[in-house]
Amino acid sequence: MITHSAHEMAAAMAAGEITSEKLTQQHFDRIAEVDAEVHAFLYLDHEGALAQARTVDEARGRGEKVGPLAGVPLALKDIIVQKGIPTTAGSKILEGWRPPYDATIVTKMKNAGIVILGKTNCDEFAMGSSTENSAYGPTHNPWDLSCIPGGSGGGSSASLAAFEAPLAIGTDTGGSIRQPAAVTGTVGVKPTYGGVSRYGLIAFSSSLDQAGPCARTVLDAALLHEVIAGHDPMDATSADVSVPQVVNAARSGEVKGIKIGVVKELNGDGYQAGVRSRFEESLELLANAGAEIVEVSCPNFEYALAAYYLIAPSECSSNLARFDAMRYGMRKGDDDGVSAELVMNITREVGFGREVKRRIILGTYALSSGYYDAYYGSAQKVRTLIMQDFNNAFAKADVLVSPTAPTTAFKIGEKADDPLAMYLNDIATIPVNMAGIAGMSLPSGLAPEDGLPTGFQIMAPAMQDQRLYSVGAALEAALLSKWGAPLLSRIPALGGAK
Amino acid sequence: MTDQELAHLSTEMDVILNAVARVQEVATTDIPPTSHPLPLRNVTRPDVVVPSLTPEQALSGAPAKEDGRFRVPQILGEEA
Repeated sequence: MITHSAHEMAAAMAAGEITSEKLTQQHFDRIAEVDAEVHAFLYLDHEGALAQARTVDEARGRGEKVGPLAGVPLALKDIIVQKGIPTTAGSKILEGWRPPYDATIVTKMKNAGIVILGKTNCDEFAMGSSTENSAYGPTHNPWDLSCIPGGSGGGSSASLAAFEAPLAIGTDTGGSIRQPAAVTGTVGVKPTYGGVSRYGLIAFSSSLDQAGPCARTVLDAALLHEVIAGHDPMDATSADVSVPQVVNAARSGEVKGIKIGVVKELNGDGYQAGVRSRFEESLELLANAGAEIVEVSCPNFEYALAAYYLIAPSECSSNLARFDAMRYGMRKGDDDGVSAELVMNITREVGFGREVKRRIILGTYALSSGYYDAYYGSAQKVRTLIMQDFNNAFAKADVLVSPTAPTTAFKIGEKADDPLAMYLNDIATIPVNMAGIAGMSLPSGLAPEDGLPTGFQIMAPAMQDQRLYSVGAALEAALLSKWGAPLLSRIPALGGAK
Repeated sequence: MTDQELAHLSTEMDVILNAVARVQEVATTDIPPTSHPLPLRNVTRPDVVVPSLTPEQALSGAPAKEDGRFRVPQILGEEA
């Protein structure tokens, strides 16, 4: 049953064809079979997951009404806290820490009967585009184990593609849900900023971070989106508005009369030929389904990457100050008479990895007196310009589209020593975070030149997340009828399975 | 950081700073800065006690603790 979609699994459980306990065990068996190769998981909670599964089975047995995803297993990115379960954010500085509380989205998923299998690998504090910055070693792309699975949420995307879980949670600060989805042939959604609670999401860049659903189908992502969305008094930046009707939109998949704006600046030089040809093909399918395709221009997007690499590091240099070796996490060098300040320094030297140090220093520099106006201040102005570009574009189109990432998955190690080349992976996803709007990536096929998945990005105005699902479902259906089977049916076998 | 890390990073920093300095090309004085995507003012809640972590839970991750408090290295001058 592990290759089915989450809603098919839920339907099978509702029909009494399989129990959640059995389904959960099948996923643990699959993980045992392939995760030595993929390394998607940092921690597995066999006991907790199976207990939750039995609870759902019992409720169902008593004839109680359960949620649409009750009993379905899920993989949780290790940057979201779960009570009593080791949570590291991919960092040594949090090794062994067991949070004393649940993130709001974890509480919501538990209440919905979702079974959390374990915690997935990610770049340290979600800083990266390849999952190579995890202190616990890289995750491998199930399409080609020598390639990256995207990042920072590479563990979540790889677990879906490897059929280790049908659902996952990611977080997206500059593309960390969408780019991993693109390079693994899965679906990932960054909801509107404020649409999903950040309480219990270990902060990287607070004005950009957003948790969201990852899945193998658009409808599955919508079902999970509806579970985790909604206002949360525990998050001061949570929007107190009604949740967009994403499930209805995903079920109808109607695009007749919808205006789709192709962002001119996000599809040209620097985009791999196969990525572009699959993108064009998807546009054609959407036009055939009744959408109107127009071209829009967002001239300031070319500054988005530079502004992002000032704003995100600035916020992270402040956020990561909480790792002070005093209240939780690692403490090193605490010998008698050593000052607290020195203990803090020694702990951070050992506890933080290279990319994290790089960004803390860059952010501290950008915020320092004398440089503030030139760097952080200018970046904030670019943010205004990007929002204006989006406003102008959304006046001409209901949604905007682009390739999700400029290339397919690259080799592990290929860009590890070139931070600027690595940052370019997020060139098409970053503007969405800067403006706080909604974005989705779904598979658009395989690039002919390397046989690896390509992603199609859809962007919608703030709190219009349902538009992502209408267009996404329409494209997914058109591609499915063209291919005859889901893209992931073409993934090479792992672990000698099947 | 180690000397090796510092040497590596100082070269990288120059390259990264040159790249991100591009923001200055368009950031003219007439553009207002945006710090946050939502137009939020101060968010407050009624001042009532709600359940929260117990002292034991709050201390559960502490590297060192004593008498229900965090135990920290010395924070004042070396000469005690």
